[in-house]
Amino acid sequence: MSSRRLLFGLWLLLVGCPPLDAETIRIGSKAFTESYVLSEIALRTVENAGVKAVHRPGMGGTIVLWQALRSAGIDAYPDYTGTIGEQILSAENPLSHVEMRRALAEHGVGMTDSLGFDNTYAMVMRRDVAKRFGIGTISDLVMNRDLEVGLTHEFMERRDGWRTLAARYGLEMQNVRGLEHALAYPALARGDLDVIDAYSTDAKLAKLDLVALTDDLGFFPRYEAVFLYRLDIVPAARRALESLAGTFDEARMTRLNSVAERTHDYAVAADLYFGAGTKSRSGVGRVALRIAGWTLRHLQLVAVSLGLAILIGVPLGIRAARPGLLSQIVLGTVGVIYTIPSLALLAALVAVPFLGISGRTAITALFLYSLLPIVRNTAAGLRSIPPEIRQSAAALGLEESAQLRRVLLPLAMPTVLAGIKTSAVINVATATLAALIGAGGLGEPILSGLNLNDPALILQGALPAGLLALLVQLGFDGLERWLVPRGLRLDEGRSQRVTSTP
Amino acid sequence: MIRFDEVTHRFGEIEALRDIDLEIEAGRTTVLIGPSGCGKSTLLRLVVGLVEPTAGRVIVGEEVVGPNTVLDLRRRMGYVIQGGGLFPHLTAGENVTLLARHLRRPEEETESRLAELCALTHLPESALARFPLELSGGQQQRVGLMRALMLEPEVLLLDEPLGALDPLVRRELQRELREIFGALHRTVLLVTHDLAEAAYLADRIVLLRAGDIIQTGTLDDLRERPAEPFVRRFLSAQRPPVEL
Repeated sequence: MSSRRLLFGLWLLLVGCPPLDAETIRIGSKAFTESYVLSEIALRTVENAGVKAVHRPGMGGTIVLWQALRSAGIDAYPDYTGTIGEQILSAENPLSHVEMRRALAEHGVGMTDSLGFDNTYAMVMRRDVAKRFGIGTISDLVMNRDLEVGLTHEFMERRDGWRTLAARYGLEMQNVRGLEHALAYPALARGDLDVIDAYSTDAKLAKLDLVALTDDLGFFPRYEAVFLYRLDIVPAARRALESLAGTFDEARMTRLNSVAERTHDYAVAADLYFGAGTKSRSGVGRVALRIAGWTLRHLQLVAVSLGLAILIGVPLGIRAARPGLLSQIVLGTVGVIYTIPSLALLAALVAVPFLGISGRTAITALFLYSLLPIVRNTAAGLRSIPPEIRQSAAALGLEESAQLRRVLLPLAMPTVLAGIKTSAVINVATATLAALIGAGGLGEPILSGLNLNDPALILQGALPAGLLALLVQLGFDGLERWLVPRGLRLDEGRSQRVTSTP
Repeated sequence: MIRFDEVTHRFGEIEALRDIDLEIEAGRTTVLIGPSGCGKSTLLRLVVGLVEPTAGRVIVGEEVVGPNTVLDLRRRMGYVIQGGGLFPHLTAGENVTLLARHLRRPEEETESRLAELCALTHLPESALARFPLELSGGQQQRVGLMRALMLEPEVLLLDEPLGALDPLVRRELQRELREIFGALHRTVLLVTHDLAEAAYLADRIVLLRAGDIIQTGTLDDLRERPAEPFVRRFLSAQRPPVEL
């Protein structure tokens, strides 16, 4: 394979990466059912108005979505007035809609009128547990410090979240931990947790027979549902989003949420909103097609990031094979990058202007992770070449580049390939996290499945991802047979024979 | 042909060579000999530029060995080390012709030179397709020699070329080397610690100890007019002792 053709392929993948044209409205959603349902409804409303649109489901929490919106990574997403005031605008006092719109406009963002329902935060318990401890209000928790409290990470850290709430009510709970919202309900039902945070329109409140504790000090601000959108989108799309205002009420929203959770498909809930007329876009027959789509996107992320890591990692490894301070710096740096938790790396990269919420960010993160095994193995492979071979190559009269190309790299090839293989397998697994920042891939069904509590949907992402990792491994084993010079495989056979004799 | 001009070489604190002045005559075989650590291999590496002198200079032909001249000089010299130093990923034939092909020498010329070298070193042509690990020790050494001779070098440098071979093969190769040196009339600089081998192959012997040249001359010179008691001790330490 010529390196020019390889480069061209990579270029194509990179250019093809954001597959949307400028006219397409990208609607994001947060990682919980109601947000999925609202965005799905908005998607169809915008499409019905004759504007192309896509839904980037479950991208993360408020800050991620807001940053994406501001940096034009997405064009719209649903949020709540309380969150907008507290989290986004950091207002000390509750803002009116007018004040809010004025402040948002400075960021190039507009806000629809209320969709018609309030989804406030609530502290939630199982009805039987609440009765046993005689708890009806949040104040009642003061006397029950030993209850197990499980909170979403966002709620723990929000300005209108746990810390301020606990301070206001004088709560001194002994057992507080953070976990994914989707996992909190099963834990509450099992009795592992006693109190969790939830939304007042949450479908599970009725389903699991839970009670929301009365906010007797009036701590939580109003959380009216609205859509935030970029002011520069086409007027037709803007009108379509505005038309959603006032078309919901709390009972209706709770029902839609409950349908989405029962059917494990937020598209079905959207159908219900529009009446029987609209057909579901994601029927059973399309599962295979959807999996193929996710897998292709996954492969694209892996191929581009791994390709870049090889193009840059191998030369870095060649440099790092020489003795000296610079080599230690190179190896140290890629080593440190490797130890950054993947979520933290993604979050940090999202803040970089050119990257934001996009495939570029995911590819950059995957590229950075893939570097270490490639750089380290390239350096180790070259360093392990015996000095007499090295000196023979030099004394023969080959230029340094020719020594590298004709002698040293072929000899280091098995080690270099092993490094690339390790990178590829890690890359396939880590790429599932790309869905967290809306970059798609097989992480998308895993994340959605987690939020819809739908094991089948999780498997639609997890199985292909596992299979892909296995295929990548096998593919590289084959490549090894092809690329490693026969004279070296001979060596392997011989040393195996030698070690197998006692 | 090769001149060492007040050459000193240090590894950190250790002086491996001290103020060496030495002239290697063209067209003859000079053998460097001495106990381990005397600096004889370092002298050879200085000539191919694998190490650089701390002070002084090494001159090959008319040119001082240095960063600008070394690549060209290396192509006009052949360097053979113990075991042959063959590249394990290439066949014997590919090892021998690597540089010629890299320099895009005409293919027919390369092929005919390869056949010539097989005849000269008594390597069966069937062995050319084998990888180094499939060759015997003696064959590896022959291939190493062929690789060094491929581009008809003016100077042949051999560092303990027969050190790793069993006595029978070694004896056979010593005989062949003498034939080859006699037939080629090249400048040969050979390092060994075996006095019998030196005596058998050398026109002139250079005896070193701990970085200094102790004496140069023929074996008879060393035997009859030892420069200092060490020469006598060195000669008599060989087994079987060389007749004094």
